Amino acid sequence: MIDTLTGLFNYWVAVILMMTGLYVVVAQNNLVKKLVGLGLFQASIFIFYISIGKVAGGAPPIIEPGVELYSNPLPHVLILTAIVVGVATTAVGLSLVVRISESYGSVEENDINQADRLAELETGDDQA
Amino acid sequence: MSSEWLMASILCAPFLGALLIAVSGRWERLRDVIVLMVPLILLALVAQLLLLVPEEQPHLLLGEIMPGLNLYFEAEPLGVLFAGVAALLWPVASLYSIGYLRGNQEKNQTRFHACFALSLGGAMGVAMAGNLLTLFAAYELLTLATYPLVVHKGDDKAMQGGRIYLGFLLFSSIGLFLPAILWIWQLAGTLDFTPGGVLGQVELDERLLALLLLLSSYGIGKAALMPMHRWLPAAMVAPTPVSALLHAVAVVKAGVFSVIKVMVYIFGSDRLASLAASDWVFGIAAATIVIASLIALRQDNLKRRLAYSTVSQLSYVVMGVFILAPLSLAGAALHVAAHAFGKITLFFAAGSIYTASHKTEISQLNGIGWQMPWTMAAFSIGALSMIGIPPLAGFLSKWYLLLGAWQTEHTMAMLVIILSTLLNTAYFVPILHAAWFRPATEEQQHGEAPAAIVISLVFTALLTLTLFLWTEVPLKLIAAIPGVAL
Amino acid sequence: MTWQQHLPALAIILPLLSAPLCMLIGLRRVAWLIGVATNLGGLLISVGLLQQVAGGNVISYELGGWAPPLGIELRVDLLNAFVLLIVSALAFWVFVYARRSVDAEIDSDKQTGFYAGLLLVYAGLAGITLTGDAFNAFVFLEISALSSYAVISMGRDRRALTAAFQYLVMGTIGATFILIGVGFLYMMTGTLNMVDLAQRLPAVSETSTVQAGFAFLSVGIALKLAMFPLHLWLPNAYAFAPSVVSVFLAATATKVAVYLLLRVIFSVFGVEFTFAQMHLEYLLLPLAIIAVISASLVAVFQTNLKRMLAYSSVAQIGYMLMGIGIASAMGVTATLLHLFNHALMKGALFMALGAVVLRVGSVQLHQLAGLGHFMPWTLGAFVVGALSLIGIPLTAGFVSKWYLVSAALDAGWWWLVVVIAIGSLLAVVYVWRVIEVVWFQPPNAALAGKTEAPWSLLLPTWGLALANIYFGVDTSLTTGTAEAAVGALFGVTP
Repeated sequence: MIDTLTGLFNYWVAVILMMTGLYVVVAQNNLVKKLVGLGLFQASIFIFYISIGKVAGGAPPIIEPGVELYSNPLPHVLILTAIVVGVATTAVGLSLVVRISESYGSVEENDINQADRLAELETGDDQA
Repeated sequence: MSSEWLMASILCAPFLGALLIAVSGRWERLRDVIVLMVPLILLALVAQLLLLVPEEQPHLLLGEIMPGLNLYFEAEPLGVLFAGVAALLWPVASLYSIGYLRGNQEKNQTRFHACFALSLGGAMGVAMAGNLLTLFAAYELLTLATYPLVVHKGDDKAMQGGRIYLGFLLFSSIGLFLPAILWIWQLAGTLDFTPGGVLGQVELDERLLALLLLLSSYGIGKAALMPMHRWLPAAMVAPTPVSALLHAVAVVKAGVFSVIKVMVYIFGSDRLASLAASDWVFGIAAATIVIASLIALRQDNLKRRLAYSTVSQLSYVVMGVFILAPLSLAGAALHVAAHAFGKITLFFAAGSIYTASHKTEISQLNGIGWQMPWTMAAFSIGALSMIGIPPLAGFLSKWYLLLGAWQTEHTMAMLVIILSTLLNTAYFVPILHAAWFRPATEEQQHGEAPAAIVISLVFTALLTLTLFLWTEVPLKLIAAIPGVAL
Repeated sequence: MTWQQHLPALAIILPLLSAPLCMLIGLRRVAWLIGVATNLGGLLISVGLLQQVAGGNVISYELGGWAPPLGIELRVDLLNAFVLLIVSALAFWVFVYARRSVDAEIDSDKQTGFYAGLLLVYAGLAGITLTGDAFNAFVFLEISALSSYAVISMGRDRRALTAAFQYLVMGTIGATFILIGVGFLYMMTGTLNMVDLAQRLPAVSETSTVQAGFAFLSVGIALKLAMFPLHLWLPNAYAFAPSVVSVFLAATATKVAVYLLLRVIFSVFGVEFTFAQMHLEYLLLPLAIIAVISASLVAVFQTNLKRMLAYSSVAQIGYMLMGIGIASAMGVTATLLHLFNHALMKGALFMALGAVVLRVGSVQLHQLAGLGHFMPWTLGAFVVGALSLIGIPLTAGFVSKWYLVSAALDAGWWWLVVVIAIGSLLAVVYVWRVIEVVWFQPPNAALAGKTEAPWSLLLPTWGLALANIYFGVDTSLTTGTAEAAVGALFGVTP
């Protein structure tokens, strides 16, 4: 039991963060908080990737004379890319939130859906 | 002209005609001239084809659509008979429709005439199809081209009628016929129409073959086997020229023609004979004949009575195929022509009555024979042909059907034919009696319909007489159909 | 290396460089011209690539000269050359169409950004199509996705913003799932290159890690291709995006996702693993069937025509998934065919709707009564696309339906035939509803004086409509290439 907890520690962290992030995305009403949850979700994956790159007894992957065993540098590189993707996603998401806020006057999903429904009833446009 | 070019011209002429009609819409006189000329040109071309067949069988390969599947046309005897009937009646119907549309001051005349031409193009495609895929393509084109004609009036009743029309026809073709075609493709590896059928060598469970047979029969919704018949009465919201040529000739004949083609050239008479399910389809056809006649008895609206009469008469053709006797197959093929001439006369007359007097119900027709002698004389000839009185065409086809049934000792078939003849009498004779022997209830002097209409219906009435007297060409064609022995 | 050998890289780099060029130059007409020229180049490149792989050979292009499996590889075979062809053809065609439509729907000062965004979407899609590296696929997927979110949000209706946001959230979750899947595969095999993965996976395929990786990858890609029930982002995104974006995305984005699924199933995991071991068909087929029937049913009741077509797309994607689920060469051929043909169909339909938006300003069905009198050519093209959607013979749609039903019959799954027939009949209902209102009802008073669409919109629309008929009659290119591509797929799997 303890072995499972400590031996797979990094996986547990990743899973808990992932689920938390997903929960925030689904359960939160506020659009900005949804984006936070999304970021949390993505961060968990980053942690997961980097953690699997660690080689037991390996040094950080920077070439140094005298070091025989290095940790795997590839996941680090991959995650740098993924982090950039995540940043871009957050940026696009937040700019959308700004536009939504200007347009609807609110960033709460309930309010936005309500406003949409009212407008649809008025103009006769069909429901989602 | 080489036979390939002849085939290509016959197939292209209606479509080019539709195009010309569409662009000449603004100049009414020119358009109407084109509307009359194109059918005559087609008739001349088809007449040429009649000279070649059945000694030669011209064909036209338009190319491969999918690996192993071509767009292929072939002029075989039955197809040429159908094409001949349609081509002969189109000029008459065009003359009639010009008179009718002008007489009733209908709107959208250009759309009407253009779609009419497209429909005839579809009918030619069905007639000349050399394989099941080409047949299906032309068949669907026919459905789509006739839709604007059915909903021509544009009011709620017409749109509703159009929905039923399209619903039944597309449901049967996409839902039943197309799967059947694909299944045949998978079983036989070919869709070409072959004398003797392509399913001859196929090993398949009896019940599955029965299913395939039923899918094919009901899938061809235009043959109006009950309960796939509802589109026909619904289509009566169309103007009468449409009902006359399309729903007495082109569309319904395309349906039963397709049934004959599929049964004779895909299943093969021998295969059919060995299937128990053939009796089921026979039964469905027989039931349709009788039930439709009974429903026709109860209709007061003239066009609806004629519609149900058509449903009944179409199943004569299907039943003729499934009696599985060579002579009855001949009768079925002949009935394609005989019924066409008779029914178009009847519908022309109905339209003539409507144009002249705005009457649509049979109960209103007392004494109308004396007001509209030409119309009612033609109507009487058509009615007598439907009942099967010599010297009219309807007698010939019924005769062959009966003879075939007699030869194979098919008592059920004989009973059905006799019973339905009695029923035909029961729903036609009262109309004749009312028109000629009852005094008119109002003193309205409306006189005959416009000349164009009267000329057309007299011509088609004479055709029913001619088909009886001069049978050389039709019988020559019919004798060449595989499975027929005259 | 000659420049012909650089074609794979050029296919991606050309649009990638044109996008910032558009923004730098800053003049919207010039930006549009740059877009047209770039995509014309893209189309020519894809034709060239298709010719290069036509014989069955595979192009392996090393990015930066770094050899795979450590370097990123662009790998072109018949399958992705075919997909790139349709994507680039539609990208070019949409750009030709775009000018007037964009003028009507997007503010002039935002147009350069819009064109840049579209180019980036195309660059991402080209990248996904050509890459041979799993992580690289994720990166390009995100490039195209982020750009899509941006261009979708530029629609006039403010619901475009919420639609884009919803798409962003769902799309990011989907892409992250793909990332997780790739991560699991990397854990077990140590490589990201698709060919290398295919060689190393069989040894570890029994482990739960690989199976979990497969699951995450499938679900992530399923979200991107709008498989039921992960399709919820699609209707609003297509309905409220600018018309040009609707055309482009409907015709290309989900197709590329289907391609990615095919690539993952056949070239990475292999038929054995996917179907015999993991039984993906148990997931694909039921969901595909539900997609076809439920999406078609919902489409019947839509009054917003763009949303109706969006639900129709979900149903059509269901057909494509059915072909994969049948798991035979015929089934996948049908999927590939439908991929191509559906792009043509939906492209024509959405282009016609775009013209309607330009002239009328709305796609609400009840406002379009009798529009056929005023815009006969536009709505004529709509009818052609609709007939192709229904599957009338002599149209492209008929060909793909034919192959799909043949594949189902071949595999003995006759009940799939019933579902396909029901789907087609439902398509008749929702399409004919539109035709009846637009062509056969008396004109709405508000439509008086509306004119036909301008040539610059009408010609591309009719080009696509006629393509539907052309590829319904002469199918040598589509069926020939599809069958050859599938043959290679089934032969290459380990």
